[in-house]
Amino acid sequence: MTPAAATRMRLRAMIRKESLQILRDPSSIAIAFVMPVFLLLLFGYGVSLDAKDIRLALVVEQADANTASLSGAFQHSDFFIPLAYRHIRQAEQALLAHDVDGIVWLRSDFSSRLLRGGSAPIGVFVNGVNANQARITEGYIQGVWQVWLAEYAREQGRELEPPVALEPRIWFNAAVRSRDFLIPGLIAIIMTLIGAMLTSMVVAREWERGTMEALMVTPIRIWEITLGKLLPYFVLGMGGMLMSVALALWLFEVPLRGSFWVLLCASALYMMVTLGMGLLISTVARSQFVAGQVALVATFLPAFILSGFLFQIGSMPTVIQGITHVIPARYFVAILQTVFMAGDIWPVLLTNSAALLLMMIVFLGLAQHNARKRLD
Amino acid sequence: MKQTLQQSLGQSWQRILALSIKELLAVLKDRRSRIVLVVPPILQLLVFGYAATFDLNDIPVAVYNEDRSAPARELVARVVGSPHFHLLARIDNDAQIAPLIDNREVLVVLRLGQRFSADLYRGRPARVQLIIDGRNSNTALLVQGYLRSIVHEFNLDWARRHGQPPPPATVEVRSWFNSNLESRWFIVPGIVGLLSLVITTIVTALSVAREREAGTFDQLLVTPLRPVEILIGKSIPGILIGLFEGSFILLMAVVWFEVPLSGSLGALYIGMFLFILSGVGIGLMISSLALTQQQGMLGAFLFVVPAVILSGFATPIENMPTVVQWITYADPLRYFLVVLRGVFLEGNTAPMLVGYYWPMALIAVVNLGFAAWLFRHRMN
Repeated sequence: MTPAAATRMRLRAMIRKESLQILRDPSSIAIAFVMPVFLLLLFGYGVSLDAKDIRLALVVEQADANTASLSGAFQHSDFFIPLAYRHIRQAEQALLAHDVDGIVWLRSDFSSRLLRGGSAPIGVFVNGVNANQARITEGYIQGVWQVWLAEYAREQGRELEPPVALEPRIWFNAAVRSRDFLIPGLIAIIMTLIGAMLTSMVVAREWERGTMEALMVTPIRIWEITLGKLLPYFVLGMGGMLMSVALALWLFEVPLRGSFWVLLCASALYMMVTLGMGLLISTVARSQFVAGQVALVATFLPAFILSGFLFQIGSMPTVIQGITHVIPARYFVAILQTVFMAGDIWPVLLTNSAALLLMMIVFLGLAQHNARKRLD
Repeated sequence: MKQTLQQSLGQSWQRILALSIKELLAVLKDRRSRIVLVVPPILQLLVFGYAATFDLNDIPVAVYNEDRSAPARELVARVVGSPHFHLLARIDNDAQIAPLIDNREVLVVLRLGQRFSADLYRGRPARVQLIIDGRNSNTALLVQGYLRSIVHEFNLDWARRHGQPPPPATVEVRSWFNSNLESRWFIVPGIVGLLSLVITTIVTALSVAREREAGTFDQLLVTPLRPVEILIGKSIPGILIGLFEGSFILLMAVVWFEVPLSGSLGALYIGMFLFILSGVGIGLMISSLALTQQQGMLGAFLFVVPAVILSGFATPIENMPTVVQWITYADPLRYFLVVLRGVFLEGNTAPMLVGYYWPMALIAVVNLGFAAWLFRHRMN
């Protein structure tokens, strides 16, 4: 038998063994197929930054035509559910008890000051605990106020036009749907979980049970073990990934403006990176307990927080920005958000893919190196 | 020979103690396990405490200013001079806009047309075009908000200088509990809950599965230990480790991140104890359902990930669809986050938080009970 034929035979046997193992323990299949669907549904419906139905306490101390038109402006806004309170005290109690998220307070002298032409104050209190939400609420309140001002001026027979007016155009996501940018990022997180979890636990189990040593005394070479282990899980992981993409496109109606093949190639590359990460974790951790813990800590949480999926990397402190460069999810999130929302923009795709390729080589190389060393 | 109640309680206590010590040793005897329990939480707290913020600064911006007049330059200077923005490029034709946005070099392009100052002096609205990268819609909205408030200030100043009347009504915003709207004050207390949950679930989720895999759990069942005693013995290490790590992260939040702790520490600890108890309950339940450690780990993941996502840690529960909001009622982290933020920022005390304590207690009791039942009823 030629060496090449022997390699082929050993590889085939190894892949067969791994595939059987996958088929026998339903939890691997669950990780690859049930988890993506479950997570995507959960995240897709559960994570939204679009604030709507903000409960607002409306305190009108002296009702008249002006306060009525301003209250009406809040009632007609899609963002608010105004609730009338008689006294500011009660409204404050409601804010403390989390019954409302903000207060709009029109004092008894509102109309008289309005008529005198001296800036009548509209008191606004928001619960600042969730700073992001508070800022968005504030923006919406200002928006209602500006619309009302223009309306009020028109009623008085004047045109109220600001000296400078902004004309924002938001590219790639004109409707500013947060789901369109969150779902592609979620696919990156889900793939990170699948890839790293699958391999780290599985290989750690072989080390724990001592079957890895048994494998190593056979004529099979280390790179053949690695490849034989990676391939079945690669197929499994890509299946899960394709399912996530299908859900994103047809259930959540996220646009795919780039080409499908680019998406597939980039995903295949990222799958290899996460599998490599899982392998590396399993060679460092000797037990399933440690491997599982490390997989959770080293993959899911950084992919969630440091990848740019939710939080803007450019706004993080410089040291943290440096750390994000070693988080593979960072590159994949950039690729996914671009392919889904903007299209095949090659400068973005190529630089990020190059980074992923480099990480794949490093992870697989280190895993290989560690596996060899551990035999001594 | 009849035992007194006291004697039997004493013996029971001894058995529980022995089991707890054995469980603690099982987790702590391995150097790698010890490292995994101590190092990652510290690293995560530091990294996430700094990284997890929605506040934007140094947003890269390109300016396309066709009008060299003083007011145009003043407006541009106000944008570029703000800590939120960082001028990356000045461009002079339309063709340069798309590559800058497409390649993510800038988040926003500010375009002032030739007629900007002419319109401004004539009292017609002078238009400023914003081209914003919408790939991250939240960022896009925030960028727009920052620019809107800069332009608003500019408009007020312009009106004042040119003798125009101020707007008839103005909005005066005050934020309670977090007057500078610092995201970090919102996120860091959340991390206390997040990390405590991860630690307790992981420590307990494998504890029964590991013994089942090794076959020692059947041996445990034939010892004089009753299921309740096994349950308590298996819970204690998780509770101790969870409380210890939780306290440490709490200390870091106050000392390192300087988040004000304005409420009662006692109220916080009642919440933390109940929360960790519910985490331990869920972990043990998962563990007794699992036949292998891989299944236990998978179960822990399938619990922790949704529990974090649906807790209101990063995105508000009110934004979720109604059905998903119902699911969040089963998530102990949802309640603990309210307790944490309430005590940290809103100055809450225990009586104000009772409504958040009892659901956690209920979750703990239900899961612990189910776990104890599973000990005997799930065997191969």
